[in-house]
Amino acid sequence: MPRPPSKGRLVWILSLGSLLALWVVAAALTDPLTLPGPLQVLAVMVREAANGELFRHLGVTLYRVLLSFVLAMSLGIMIGLWMGLNRSADRFLDLWLVFFLNLPALVVMILAYVWLGLTEVAAILAVTVNKVPNVVVTVREGARALDPKLAEMARVFRFTRGQTLRHVVLPQMAPFLAAAARSGIALIWKIVLVVELLGRGSGVGFKLHLHFQLFEIDAILAYALAFIAVMQIVEWGILRPLERRANRWRHA
Amino acid sequence: MSALDIQIRAKRFGAAVVLRDLNLQVADGEVVAITGRSGVGKTTLLNIIAGLDFAFEGKVSPAPADSRVGYVFQEPRLLPWRTVSENLCLACGITPAAAAQWLADVGLAGEGEKVPGQLSLGMQRRVAVARALAIRPDVLLLDEPFASLDVETAKEMRALLQRLLAAHPTTTLLVTHDAAEAAELAHKGFSL
Repeated sequence: MPRPPSKGRLVWILSLGSLLALWVVAAALTDPLTLPGPLQVLAVMVREAANGELFRHLGVTLYRVLLSFVLAMSLGIMIGLWMGLNRSADRFLDLWLVFFLNLPALVVMILAYVWLGLTEVAAILAVTVNKVPNVVVTVREGARALDPKLAEMARVFRFTRGQTLRHVVLPQMAPFLAAAARSGIALIWKIVLVVELLGRGSGVGFKLHLHFQLFEIDAILAYALAFIAVMQIVEWGILRPLERRANRWRHA
Repeated sequence: MSALDIQIRAKRFGAAVVLRDLNLQVADGEVVAITGRSGVGKTTLLNIIAGLDFAFEGKVSPAPADSRVGYVFQEPRLLPWRTVSENLCLACGITPAAAAQWLADVGLAGEGEKVPGQLSLGMQRRVAVARALAIRPDVLLLDEPFASLDVETAKEMRALLQRLLAAHPTTTLLVTHDAAEAAELAHKGFSL
């Protein structure tokens, strides 16, 4: 016998259904060119998937998102740990951090394209530079919250540097790294679309720009929804299971 | 020759001198109880011997880097995200089978696969004692290991420690507030 759906799942289905219903009603009251309905958008999505365009551009954007994400997380973790654990480094770099945190993303993108040309390197660099300061802030907080008593235990029992990092530091940092990753991936994919819109000839951002010029709202929505779906798969398929694994001991 | 020779001319925290002109020699296998009121520097002394605090005038021989120190801190300080067995294996470089034997020795047979959060404070302290002894230390430091335990559990822990030290004679410094505990466990006392 099939299991009855849980209350949480029922609420989720109701919530999604309401959103779709709202869309259907709004589309019915509007000109289909201005706000096409879900079926019209789905038809465009199927057409673009069938001719291979959808997957090509989704793939390129996803590649840029993941590369920028890995670079931003790696750099951000290194700098964040350094600032969190070393007071001199923190004092010296704090001003830089404030500067880069407040530097508008658009300015970084424009400068990267002006200085390095409309290239892939410029695009990835612009996204990475935009995200690193946010990772640094979160990781620095995590490093400041490390328990000195466990560090002392590791010293007395002569843990190697690798053991200390793997068994003492990283498990304490896990919630902060998860928060940085979660907010990172959400911010990065939005920035990647703008970078593509401004200076690349491929990717979802490029397609959004193209269809904006042609005023094809159904295609804009089709690409946007397809990419949201991809990012949800990344969130639920990769980030959440990793987070659950890191936090398993809390629920034992 | 003493197994442990501690000569501290001064240990300061800012302008405050916490330890001054302290000379303590401990013979091989001897258990010395360190007593004194709160804030007098008992934990600071243990931290100096363990090599956690280098900012003092004087010397400790053998130097902490040249000897294996087993330290039972005031709190168990176990890694909460690793199992009890992994805590012992990681800290002491022993096999899971040896960890299981040590757990049996401290009355925790079969508890190795639990994480520390699943154990009571008394059980966690037993694990901390096992960890400190399983590295086969040259010097064992115990910082109020029975504090905040109920009377019955503290009594059991004292008996356990006596049994373990009889089986594995180790040069030991025991910090305690309890004169009766000092008399029961130590060969001699040292008041700060």
